[in-house]
Amino acid sequence: MAILRGRGYAAVNYPTGMNLGGDPTQALVHATTTGNFVVSLSSVDLGQGLKTVAAQVAAETLGLPYENIIVDTADTDTGPHCMGTFASRGTHRVGNAVIMAAQEAREAMLEAAAEELEVDAADLETDGTGFIKLKGSEEKKIHVVDLALAAHFKLGRTIAGRGIFLKERSYPEPETGKMDPDSAQAHACTVAEVTVDDETGVVEVLHMYNVYEVGRAINPAMARQQIEGGAWMGVSHALYETTEPYYPVREHGPRDFEEYLMPGPADNAQMTSEIIEFPAANGPYGAKGIGEMTANAPIPAIANAIYDACGVRLTEMPFTPESILRGLDELRARA
Amino acid sequence: MSAPTTEAGGFDVVGKPVQRLDAMGHVTGRTQYFEDYNPAGMLHLKMHRSERHHANLVEVDTSEAEKVKGVVKVLTYKDVPKNWYTILTLINVGYPEEVVLAEKKVLWMGEPIVAVVATSERAALEGAAAVKVTYEDLEPIFDVEEAIKPDAFPLKPHGTNYFEYEGHHCRRVRLGDVEQGFAEADHIFEFKYQSRPIEQAPTETTGCIVEPQHNGRLKIYSDTQACFFTLDNTALILDVPFGKLQVVGGTVGGGFGGKVDVTVEPISCIAAMQTGKPVKYVYDRYEEMQISSPRAAERIYIKDGVMNDGRIIARQCTLYADAGAYSRHSPYAATKAAAHMPGPYTIPNVHIDSWCVYTNRTPSSAMRGFGVTIGDFALETQMDRIARELDMDPLALRLINAYRDGDMKAHHKVAEGTALIEVIQKAADLVGHELPGELRALSSREGR
Repeated sequence: MAILRGRGYAAVNYPTGMNLGGDPTQALVHATTTGNFVVSLSSVDLGQGLKTVAAQVAAETLGLPYENIIVDTADTDTGPHCMGTFASRGTHRVGNAVIMAAQEAREAMLEAAAEELEVDAADLETDGTGFIKLKGSEEKKIHVVDLALAAHFKLGRTIAGRGIFLKERSYPEPETGKMDPDSAQAHACTVAEVTVDDETGVVEVLHMYNVYEVGRAINPAMARQQIEGGAWMGVSHALYETTEPYYPVREHGPRDFEEYLMPGPADNAQMTSEIIEFPAANGPYGAKGIGEMTANAPIPAIANAIYDACGVRLTEMPFTPESILRGLDELRARA
Repeated sequence: MSAPTTEAGGFDVVGKPVQRLDAMGHVTGRTQYFEDYNPAGMLHLKMHRSERHHANLVEVDTSEAEKVKGVVKVLTYKDVPKNWYTILTLINVGYPEEVVLAEKKVLWMGEPIVAVVATSERAALEGAAAVKVTYEDLEPIFDVEEAIKPDAFPLKPHGTNYFEYEGHHCRRVRLGDVEQGFAEADHIFEFKYQSRPIEQAPTETTGCIVEPQHNGRLKIYSDTQACFFTLDNTALILDVPFGKLQVVGGTVGGGFGGKVDVTVEPISCIAAMQTGKPVKYVYDRYEEMQISSPRAAERIYIKDGVMNDGRIIARQCTLYADAGAYSRHSPYAATKAAAHMPGPYTIPNVHIDSWCVYTNRTPSSAMRGFGVTIGDFALETQMDRIARELDMDPLALRLINAYRDGDMKAHHKVAEGTALIEVIQKAADLVGHELPGELRALSSREGR
């Protein structure tokens, strides 16, 4: 009896955006007299950080500090339409819509500043700290709070913008399947290192190496959280989870977390993660979607690592101790 | 569109690890979720569900339920204005084939039959338990390949146990001539893969609170992943103008695809309309696991024609997604699965049949990686097996077949922005896996 060690590889791609398109999202951006800019959406943040991404993209495009952005979502009376949070579409669709809205708002902001400063709007720039200033001058400038007040009470100007992103619907050709299903493809390669206990059939995932090409990481810390959280879900899918353990027999379905086992923090693997950025031409600042794909490559990487460790080829998920012990028995019987 | 600049760097906020806007609220327990709203006089809704996998309903007796203290309303299919629905009709896929509440038949264990509304959660549960249903059992179908046999009993009125795609019994993708490819190949590798249903397992279960407004509209507090999608589907089932509804949500305790079906809002709205009171309907953990739609079980067959040097010249994939009793989002995913095959590899001859099959189990639907996750398990296990059989480096096998910019994908779209080669090269570096010079020199930007 021994603890056997193995390494497995998997490489995958994943589409950004709702399959076949036809999925629009809108954004509205407006300045209040506080100098804050409100991004109005109806999009849903499931915990993945969409609100933060929307705020970063808005701040970048407006040329203002991140702290000046308020994200108001998701109320169908006050926010414009969004198809929803699924299909790795949020960052791409919402990001593009926010950029378009923020560009229009920025133009209005610069025009108002031009009138107030009595200069040409084309000669103005933002400094990223809250000032709109004449290029090459340190004196000729106005803070966004003063500008927002002046625009409303003195100039009679609005500072606002509208944005939408729509990938048009693609209809598959029925005979050949010719279609344009997605906006971009993100990529990943996972290496899993495991041990297999050949007495108990228990697999431990020791280390996962995750390399992701994501176009652009709008927030590298949150991208890393997606990668490592998703890898954890991949470990769980590979080794633990199902609502029908004897599928297709319908019986013995777990009813709660006492019966539906998932790996806790102590069961998780050590993670090493790397992000590669090849900006996508149609992505917001080049970003592709990686929300979903991060659970995918770990599963076959673990299956292949188990084979490398003990010679058992697993073709049914999840890879339970029972299935590994049965595989080992079969190998011994054959030998 | 829209990226003002795509050069690396040069940004003030993009690319910076700023703290997420909701982090402090989440970690200090102050974030407001839909269940934190507790309007006065709120009623609770619980469901009486099918105890059979497949049966005719002989009699549904609600008289005892109505007598339970605290029960104020008992709802059957007769109370649902448009009881037949399909959520994907919003994007022009499919036609109404699922019922909000069962009429004459049940197709899965757990299918909702009677909704009981009461002044407390306990009374609603007691009322739901007091409903008596007499069944006439029918033979259930649990296996996807049994379900599609010509002599299989059709589960639904339209007669086929699979979703039809423009006259085809599955979504097809065809490139080149796969039979000729097999004939020319040095090796044939044919294997089968299987997964089982998987639960999204969000911390917060699916639910909503519906509150009638003074102006006659309904305000729906929901943890849906898609506010307008829920609003539109609910309005269609209620047969009211879209403008009569308002959905408020956007802060959700985990979704993973489990909250894009529209299962709790419509019946809660009906209960709120009939009682004039706020109504809450939230799944318990059992419902979240066994009633709410899981990730589909999939069965996948892959047959490959491979040359001695590792080039894959033909790949045939047959995929069966077990949709359970109703479509939900599954017809969409079967198309997505077809477009994903044959994986991130350039193969000249490809034949994909991707089936969406109905069986007598909980309807499956969206989950993270919908239509792709299980396919990747099959594809990347297949790649490892081919490498082992040919005694090749598993990364080398992937690199020589990896798609590159300008290649034609199986669904007849030219590949761009590819980077499979680069992620593999980087992963090899991370673990000290040596690659020969010619593989190290490969680039996704250079055509083959």
